[in-house]
Amino acid sequence: MADKRAILPATQQPLHLVIVGHVDHGKSSLIGRLLYDTDSLPEGKLEELKAVSAKRGMPIEWSFVLDAFQAERDQAITIDTTRIWFRTFKRDVVIIDAPGHHEFIKNMISGAANAEAAVLVVDAGEGVQEQTKRHGYLLYLLGIRQVTVAVNKMDLVGYDRERFATVSGEVTDYLGKLGIEPNFIVPISAREGDNIAKPSAKMPWYDGPTVLESLDRLQSSSAPVDQPLRFPVQDVYKFDDRRIVAGRIETGVLRVGDTLVFSPSNKTARVRSIEAWNVDPKPVSASAGQSVGITLDQQVFVERGEIGSHEFNPPNLSNVFRTTLFWLGRKPLKVGDSLKVKLATREARVTVEALDAVIDTNSLAKGQAETLERNGVGTVVLRSREVLALDEYARSARTGRCVLIDGYDTVAGGVISLEGYPDQRSVMTVKSTNIYSVEHSVEANSRAQVNGHTGGVLWFTGLSGAGKSTLAMEVEQRLFKRGLQVYVLDGDNVRRGLNKNLGFSPDDRAENIRRIGEVAALFADAGLVCITAFISPYQADRDRAREAAPGLFHEVYVKADLATCEERDPKGLYKKARAGEIADFTGVSAPYEPPSAPEMVVDTAQSDIADCVEEIVAYVERTFRAKEG
Amino acid sequence: MQHLDELEAQSVFILREAYNRIRPLTMLWSLGKDSNVMVWLARKAFFGKVPFPLMHVDTGKKFEEMYAFRERYAKEWELDLLVEDCPPLEAVDADLPPARRSAERKTLGLKAAIEKHGLQGIIAGIRRDEQATRAKERVFSPRAESGEWDFRDQPPEFWDQFKTDFPAGTHVRIHPLLHWTEIDIWRYIKREAIPLVPLYFAKDGKRYRSLGDKDITFPIESEAATIDEIIEELETTKAPERAGRAMDHESEDAFEQLRATGYM
Repeated sequence: MADKRAILPATQQPLHLVIVGHVDHGKSSLIGRLLYDTDSLPEGKLEELKAVSAKRGMPIEWSFVLDAFQAERDQAITIDTTRIWFRTFKRDVVIIDAPGHHEFIKNMISGAANAEAAVLVVDAGEGVQEQTKRHGYLLYLLGIRQVTVAVNKMDLVGYDRERFATVSGEVTDYLGKLGIEPNFIVPISAREGDNIAKPSAKMPWYDGPTVLESLDRLQSSSAPVDQPLRFPVQDVYKFDDRRIVAGRIETGVLRVGDTLVFSPSNKTARVRSIEAWNVDPKPVSASAGQSVGITLDQQVFVERGEIGSHEFNPPNLSNVFRTTLFWLGRKPLKVGDSLKVKLATREARVTVEALDAVIDTNSLAKGQAETLERNGVGTVVLRSREVLALDEYARSARTGRCVLIDGYDTVAGGVISLEGYPDQRSVMTVKSTNIYSVEHSVEANSRAQVNGHTGGVLWFTGLSGAGKSTLAMEVEQRLFKRGLQVYVLDGDNVRRGLNKNLGFSPDDRAENIRRIGEVAALFADAGLVCITAFISPYQADRDRAREAAPGLFHEVYVKADLATCEERDPKGLYKKARAGEIADFTGVSAPYEPPSAPEMVVDTAQSDIADCVEEIVAYVERTFRAKEG
Repeated sequence: MQHLDELEAQSVFILREAYNRIRPLTMLWSLGKDSNVMVWLARKAFFGKVPFPLMHVDTGKKFEEMYAFRERYAKEWELDLLVEDCPPLEAVDADLPPARRSAERKTLGLKAAIEKHGLQGIIAGIRRDEQATRAKERVFSPRAESGEWDFRDQPPEFWDQFKTDFPAGTHVRIHPLLHWTEIDIWRYIKREAIPLVPLYFAKDGKRYRSLGDKDITFPIESEAATIDEIIEELETTKAPERAGRAMDHESEDAFEQLRATGYM
């Protein structure tokens, strides 16, 4: 068979293929047999195999080709992933062997994450088992969509056609639910060599390809050049008079002369040159997969972690996102855990804000739980202090995934979803740059002296029905009577005028809050006590409002649990939201993020409204009233 | 992208990660073909000049041609070269089989050098296709204080997010050529015209396929006297690359034991 294999050109990309499946279903044996049948074993290997097998009192054990460690051979179990190079009739294949034992999931992932295609091995006798499913699910999470299913040990079920049909059905059922349709399902016996490299005489009822033939029909993946440009900055070098921004282009194409925007800093500059050593002439463009260095036309300060893109197609900016991840940590994952996230070359601290669901890879059911256990899969919400540049996994796989670190250890990998979280770029960006602040001739002190109090913002936040508007109106009334200059901004007076061009999409909501923050800051600057009463569910939006009024901002958390609010339902909105008539309704179908450090909390579910009003009035008197003398 | 370009881009990415995350850092330069490719890739990654020192752990038993090569190219490539000696053979466990004992000497030399320079990272040019235990390696592979490789519990490594956080006392081996094969190396040497020690090319029907200490390294029968002829030979051979390295073959797990105690 070896003589038929072609000498391949040096330019051809090999296919990276991972072999997965339940422990003992015969992954390593399949590989050993494939190598033997294609005459790919190195000289002396077969003799070595015979010797080490005999030493352990076994007939020839193919898995020893790959199970190189003593411990693996002694326990007849694959511990770590390995690679082996091999050649079919048409192409080079890099086979990645992955351990099937659940204890070594981290090693299975370490191997499988590099593959473009998979062979899922299932024991014909045992059928689909726990790790068959878990591996299938991990293939799905890792983005591997080309799968050959090998139903192994057909010799032990008498090469029975019915049994093959049953097991095939189990596998296709499960993979089908994940949206994976196997490219081929091949009945094999790795031990006997049936349908590995040669068609089996014992299964005349099967007329599909052998495992070897199936490999030639799978596709090598090509570099994602047709996606939007993503150029994560890896480092900045100043070895000589050049300032070189180095990194790998993950997706898209970069050309000399392109204007790049770096996220999240939002700095822009043009690509002046693409630098390269021992390459002549200098390149004028570079594309996905290439590690490059560029110089820029301006001395903008960019650093490792930023993502370069074109202006018209940048990543999203957010400090909160959702990820579906596999958890490898020794300690279970729970809400409140603080971890480090790696996103391309960026690192940031994140806190686990919510554990949305734990996914049972056996039944694919999504359940609620307090913790996510080791080797489990679940969906979590992560929040960082800083804004991050993020992509949806569905849109850009290479930059739409993250790795989590706990202490010194990699504990998770996940794919990112931004559904329900607005892009914060538009509200962060200062669009006009030719604005200069005017020096007021009336000083803030003078205003405070005349008014008898300083200006400020009382920012009420809480669920719909928590009592924000009621409290705001009461407090306004009381303060006005006490002689304070006070004004309430609420949905009615803002949505009707200033913000009437905004709808209720996540982006519009963020813009709504941004404008209110700015207006409230102006009121405060004018010396007034400005009360705002908006759900304002995102901490990032409230933080921006705080930045708009430095030193004058007071966040008041109007607290009431969801059940209470829903029972009050003053405008009937919860009912509509539950009926599905209102999309993205906070508390029902969109998240509410309670303030992490509010200046004040009033709990309207536990206390009377009147008491809450008293508390707030007392706070204002304490904080805003100008000191006598 | 062409295959060699892809291999090169991946190695450059790894070298830049190492340089950004791990200090102090050094690259092992054994003077063999792989480590010359590695130096070349570092020059690509850092635009001509390697920004960290290179280290030759010298057993004193290399071939004359290798020492001549070292002197010439350390100068020509403007390398910041550290030459570290190994302890005398008498300092190594006398119960070990002879070739292993000789290799162990180099491990001790390396350990001493790591300690002397307080190194956090060692870049080494091993490849997965060379040998079965190397095939199970990580790109960023942590070593305990004593230099041991805990191959039973390696860190997960995926999506090119490497382990770069370590407790004090650990160092990390970085393997930028792990994904290359022997034939890839030769094709790249040809494309880039990378200089080599002449021992790789056949003379009087023999050539060295892998270079080590002269007392435990043996040439193979070969007529391949040019890079093209070597590539042609490798297209058809079934003999393993390290067949001429005696230290691999003294027992079933000879190389695993060597690597577990800190050999490359």
